[in-house]
Amino acid sequence: MNYNWNWSIFFDQSPEGTGTYADMLLSGLYWTIVTALCAWAIAFTLGSVIGVLRTLPSKTANAIGTTYVEIFRNVPLLVQMFLWYFVLPEMLPRGLGDAVKQMPDAPFYTAVVCLGFFTASRVAEQVRAGIQALPRGQRMAATAMGFTTAQTYRYVLLPNAYRIILPPMTSEFLNNLKNTSVALTIGLLELTGRARSMQEFSFQVFEAFTAATLLYVAINLVVVVCASLLERAVTIPGQR
Amino acid sequence: MTSSPMPAPTASQPAVDADHAPKDPGLQPGSLVSGLPKGAPGETMIAIDGISKWYGDFKVLTDCTTKVAKGEVVVVCGPSGSGKSTLIKCVNALEPFQKGQITVAGTKVLDKSTNLPKLRSRVGMVFQHFELFPHLTITDNLTIAQRKVLGRGSEDAKKRGLDLLARVGLGAHAHKYPGQLSGGQQQRVAIARALAMNPVVMLFDEPTSALDPEMVGEVLDVMVELAKEGMTMMVVTHEMGFARKVADRVIFMDRGEIVEDATKDEFFGSPRSERAQTFLSKILQH
Ligand SMILES: Nc1ncnc2c1ncn2[C@@H]1O[C@H](COP(=O)(O)OP(=O)(O)OP(=O)(O)O)[C@@H](O)[C@H]1O
Ligand SMILES: [Mg+2]
Repeated sequence: MNYNWNWSIFFDQSPEGTGTYADMLLSGLYWTIVTALCAWAIAFTLGSVIGVLRTLPSKTANAIGTTYVEIFRNVPLLVQMFLWYFVLPEMLPRGLGDAVKQMPDAPFYTAVVCLGFFTASRVAEQVRAGIQALPRGQRMAATAMGFTTAQTYRYVLLPNAYRIILPPMTSEFLNNLKNTSVALTIGLLELTGRARSMQEFSFQVFEAFTAATLLYVAINLVVVVCASLLERAVTIPGQR
Repeated sequence: MTSSPMPAPTASQPAVDADHAPKDPGLQPGSLVSGLPKGAPGETMIAIDGISKWYGDFKVLTDCTTKVAKGEVVVVCGPSGSGKSTLIKCVNALEPFQKGQITVAGTKVLDKSTNLPKLRSRVGMVFQHFELFPHLTITDNLTIAQRKVLGRGSEDAKKRGLDLLARVGLGAHAHKYPGQLSGGQQQRVAIARALAMNPVVMLFDEPTSALDPEMVGEVLDVMVELAKEGMTMMVVTHEMGFARKVADRVIFMDRGEIVEDATKDEFFGSPRSERAQTFLSKILQH
């Protein structure tokens, strides 16, 4: 293999003129993290609501929850990304569609919404499973004490369900983080996208992607450590 | 069964140092019940009027009718699957029923205008598996519904809860979590939790059948005391000793029907139906 290794490439100015290649990757990392966190905020909130809908006695609520999950979980993320970015603005009324297309940072907002809705379907499944894993008597006891359905979820079912699903939710969070890279296809300047630009400008493909890989591994480690701290913090004394 | 000698009444000295507090002294003197509605004894508290319930095609309850008067203790017994749990869950509308009507302290259960959470908050219920909320301390278990359902201030709620906790002999465990208590202790907390709401009626669904034998007594002690203080109680149980001691009436159910509804003496003396006789002879052998 005839390859010129050049690890000092990171300290060279990038042709974009906004700093070194290292700065470029770090700004990609920044957008990856921001996108992941914003998408997770949507995924967690919406996913919890949808998951709860699927555990309510109401048939309508169930149907809404199931439909949501089946649609957003089964259409490939890449396709969803294109639908949100290229197709949706065309479907909107003319003025609104144009406004959306010309929005500054449109790739970022689209990525957040798309990834948020996609991950919500996966979070919903975890939340549903967590609630259904609780003893049936818990809901009954809360109801018998006079809690409304909303109070039963707020004070009894959800606090216990979230504890049960903390480990699978951690891996959903990690998936969500990695899935931000799909947004490079709609022009989001996130870490994978930046590594690709670096490779195109400098032809140092191995250095660029080694750096990106190490950065992904590093944030994954941070997430895993945080998750285990959280797990320790919410463990209930006396429970196995 | 309820023969455990009472320890010296230490609970009347408030704020016992937790380390030196008796570990689990059992039921303490003092009242468990407060704020029972005034009204003549003999007034009907629960009227179950011709209710029937189906699960799909399967008829679980057939035309059940009975009454529980204020201060009365009614024991419900019968073979497994006869519909005992279903019947008492209909009383606070945990289970819907399709026919008939139940009236609790003057409020119709099957009525669109009835505020069910409010009705339920006045009906205490104790379950076979305790159903304490595992993520909350004992104190929070005792206060959360007082605060969120009755709207009591947290100081008032805490005072009422801890007072009852001391009465059931668990004052030293307020800061613990349910998973750190034994089954018998958890069930006593569950009873205190229900009583903290100042219920007008208490329902029990096999409160001792998930307990190790040595813990049955401590829970029955509390229930006996509750009965003595005039609480209106409907108790599903196979503890015939408890029934003999405190029940006013015994209801015997089989295949979703109330087969026998008699005073305690009639029931244990000479059950009319053959099914009740067979059941009694089986259960009393143990
Ligand atoms: N959700 C349900 N769907 C269908 N059938 C049910 C349901 N719950 C209970 N049943 C049936 O209804 C009948 C009465 O049940 P129930 O729990 O009231 O009996 P029980 O007298 O309390 O019995 P046990 O002593 O075992 O607790 C049983 O045959 C049971 O299988
Ligand atoms: Mg039962």
